[in-house]
Amino acid sequence: MAAEVMLVNEIESTAARLGIDLDNFDYSSVKLPPGEYCGIVSDDEDVYHDDQLEFDSGFGNIIVVDNLPVVPREKFEKLEGVIRKIYSQIGVIKEDGLWMPVDPETKKTLGYCFIEYNTPQEAELAKEKTNGYKLDRAHIFAVNMFDDFDKYMRVPDEWAPPEIKPYTPGENLQKWLTDEKARDQFVIRSGTDTEVLWNDARQSKTELVYKRTYWTESFVQWSPLGTYLATVHRQGAAVWGGANTFNRLMRYAHPQVKLIDFSPGEKYLVTYSSHEPSNPRDANRVVINIFDVRTGKVMRDFKGSADEFAIGGTGGVAGVSWPVFRWGGGKEDKYFAKLGKNMISVYETETFSLIDKKSLKVENIVDFSWSPTDPIIALFVPELGGGNQPARVSLVQIPSKEELRQKNLFSVSDCKMYWQSNGDYLAVKADRYTKTKKSTYTGFELFRIKERDIPIEVLELDNKNDKIIAFAWEPKGHRFAVIHGDNPRPDVSFYSMRTAHNTGRVSKLTTLKGKQANALFWSPGGRFIVLAGLKGFNGQLEFFNVDELETMATAEHFMATDIEWDPTGRYVATSVTSVHEMENGFNIWSFNGKLLYRILKDHFFQFLWRPRPPSFLTPEKEEEIARNLKKYSKKYEAEDQDVSMLLSEQDREKRRMLKEEWDKWVSEWRQAREEEKLERQKLRDGEASDEEEEYEAKEVEVEEVLDVSEEVLSYED
Amino acid sequence: MRPILMKGHERPLTFLKYNRDGDLLFSCAKDHTPTVWFADNGERLGTYRGHNGAVWSCDVSRDSTRLISGSADQTAKLWNVQTGTQLFTFNFDSPARSVDFAVGDKLAVITTDPFMELTSAIHVKRIARDPTEQTGESVLVMKGPQGRINRAIWGPLNRTIISAGEDAVIRIWDSETGKLLMEADKESGHKKAITSLAKSADGSHFLTGSLDKSAKLWDMRTLTLIKTYVTERPVNAVALSPLLDHVVLGGGQDASAVTTTDHRAGKFEAKFYDKILQEEIGGVKGHFGPINALAFNPDGKSFSSGGEDGYVRLHHFDPDYFNIKI
Repeated sequence: MAAEVMLVNEIESTAARLGIDLDNFDYSSVKLPPGEYCGIVSDDEDVYHDDQLEFDSGFGNIIVVDNLPVVPREKFEKLEGVIRKIYSQIGVIKEDGLWMPVDPETKKTLGYCFIEYNTPQEAELAKEKTNGYKLDRAHIFAVNMFDDFDKYMRVPDEWAPPEIKPYTPGENLQKWLTDEKARDQFVIRSGTDTEVLWNDARQSKTELVYKRTYWTESFVQWSPLGTYLATVHRQGAAVWGGANTFNRLMRYAHPQVKLIDFSPGEKYLVTYSSHEPSNPRDANRVVINIFDVRTGKVMRDFKGSADEFAIGGTGGVAGVSWPVFRWGGGKEDKYFAKLGKNMISVYETETFSLIDKKSLKVENIVDFSWSPTDPIIALFVPELGGGNQPARVSLVQIPSKEELRQKNLFSVSDCKMYWQSNGDYLAVKADRYTKTKKSTYTGFELFRIKERDIPIEVLELDNKNDKIIAFAWEPKGHRFAVIHGDNPRPDVSFYSMRTAHNTGRVSKLTTLKGKQANALFWSPGGRFIVLAGLKGFNGQLEFFNVDELETMATAEHFMATDIEWDPTGRYVATSVTSVHEMENGFNIWSFNGKLLYRILKDHFFQFLWRPRPPSFLTPEKEEEIARNLKKYSKKYEAEDQDVSMLLSEQDREKRRMLKEEWDKWVSEWRQAREEEKLERQKLRDGEASDEEEEYEAKEVEVEEVLDVSEEVLSYED
Repeated sequence: MRPILMKGHERPLTFLKYNRDGDLLFSCAKDHTPTVWFADNGERLGTYRGHNGAVWSCDVSRDSTRLISGSADQTAKLWNVQTGTQLFTFNFDSPARSVDFAVGDKLAVITTDPFMELTSAIHVKRIARDPTEQTGESVLVMKGPQGRINRAIWGPLNRTIISAGEDAVIRIWDSETGKLLMEADKESGHKKAITSLAKSADGSHFLTGSLDKSAKLWDMRTLTLIKTYVTERPVNAVALSPLLDHVVLGGGQDASAVTTTDHRAGKFEAKFYDKILQEEIGGVKGHFGPINALAFNPDGKSFSSGGEDGYVRLHHFDPDYFNIKI
């Protein structure tokens, strides 16, 4: 029985490692539920194989507590009471879920017990909290998951070299970018269906790429460069992608995952779940995992109570402001940071540990944000001591943690930070109290990050008391737009950080008076903007060209809730999601506000354009293309014309077919009617007046002479 | 042209019917009094008093002498169109919903609602030429469909009866034997309750409207699906133009689900579709409640709509309408 000996050796070594006293262990006292093997290797090979797949399930909610005092029977109940008291604080112990085996000979306990909880989460929590618990000096608890015993017992004794799998080339995950017609994809979710579609704007329709029912259990999300589509399930998250269709590329186990977030370079995936505490007075337990997207490996996990993750931010209601971890350092995914009490914890992804092993201490910090391109953090500390200590915004370089710039702000009630997408500028919107402290007004502090010493400029609106409804930077540009004023007709103003004759100062371009807008959507390429009136304005849209400062089109998508530009800035999608009962579906517009097509879907939840990675073209090359646009566009215009010709041809053909088909029906009916004519007459007692029933449209021209008069005009030479 | 607003009912409209000559318009409403109007100028001609419940539908004989009406007071009544006197009352054990005269006006089909433990039923009654000889006996009673039957009409030569209702299935029955002959294909058929059904002028095809936000055109003899018209709102009423290849769909949000923000939210429009191309041509706005009833004048030059708002709107088409090209 060599196998058995080996097994015992294994157990001994495992037990020794875990600190279990095997001498006092009574094997026969281990009671197994009928029909289960608890993952213990059976002598019977068949059973072993059959049950192998089920090993991981079923016992996740049991823990083994070791190093208990060995007590005689008289003290058994007392000990049990103590253990129950300790462990029922952590979670609900199942009925008969606490079991302390007793040596049948000595009638003494064996120094360990099993505890079964209702959920694996509780068991895990219990293990975490009480491993190393000092009952007294001689008895320090050693707590392990029941499943772990099994796991370690199955480690083979001899090391076997890992099997090297032959390299299989993966699919081209970027294939969608090479579409011949240069179309873009988007994903929609309606009812139980999730569909990925091409936006075939030329033909004013969509083309299905992939459709799946129950693809996700809550939502879907593209990775920031568009490579993956992430789905969320009870067991965890998954990412999908592929050359021509969508295959599952990787799974990320995280039970009851609620939220997910990709790092900007899509190297990492952050998953979040929150679990109800067993004790209602406690805060929810939060689990956050950071996975490597490609390998599926957990790079770091964070566990704790919701309180630890809910500091600062605006997510007061939900408990956690998502994303908890904000990524910085541009697309390299080098750093991520979390706001804590009086500190920012900045981690780096090389080691997944805190930079310099300590957090960045900032007293009373309430908010921070990363530059989208550089490892710079902008942080905001509010006013303290009734105005004695002013509020401040500072820029901190990572990893040196050196303060680049600081600005004190007086009588500020709130601050919001807006980064321009290239990290060139930072706008800080500061709400200030008026002298009476009864009301507030708003001003902007504009930081020029890329310039020497980071100059700061203060901008106040023409009318200081205007409320700011929305603010948005032009992507990659130097301009920004602000909606200010009072509902129902606020004004929209455009400013530029540098104009031709004024490079160092911000200047106003124009103000549009009385617009029905409350949200701003810049084209990703800049230059164009959609001024949208969502919610209370019922979906008013104005397509505005900021270069020419003129309105290209005004339109309406009644009840629209969401607006998104496609990643190339050619099309705009407006959608009505299921927050409204009616009108669900989406419209696709051209950049200049022409409605291309409209699709209605009941229970419409999501519309997301597939993002594109940044262009490889150098700015010089892009400029050159822009200059010679006429030359390039010829080819596409010709193509467009071909398509539209084809379409109208197809349309005519379709109509002709429908008409023919209809005429066939009509002639059939006429014949049947003719055949039944006599019988019908009989039913009407011989009255034959079928013809009278049919009216025909005839054009009759009626000329009425109202008046005739004659007038003699004298004719002169 | 400006529509003529006809205010005479105090409750939501339920049904509209033109006589064969197209000079009279009969309207039924949830108030208890069917009303007759001049179809040309909308003047009220008279009312038919006697029902004690909402009147759900009516039909008028070919010679415009008789009117039959079905009511929630568990009766269907025959009226003298000219004098407004009651000629006969058919008594049932549950509300009468749909009424339809057969070709020749010697038979009528009446449907009754499910009520207490009674299921819905389709009754065929003989209509006597002389009202004094009229009896209440049913020639035939058909049962089977689950839920309410919203409409039952006669098929070609009175040989069949076509029914549609809450179970979303269209059925064709043999009017002699009461046997079920055909059921519409589940795949292509409606997904939700069918609210309305209208025959073409020559009785060769018919149009059904459903809460699944669509209307479908069927061949009357073979029950083949010919066309589908998709809209954004539940369809309560349908009508076929006898003159042009147009269909009209009316409906709107259920009163209970109407949003209060904007009059457009309910979409209480009568929508015109090209019958052959299945494309929307236009809409006629005006009602401030869902449209429950639609009817075309047999000459195809005017139509009327009846709404939950209690109004009948009578529309005479502008000359442009007859020249629509798409």
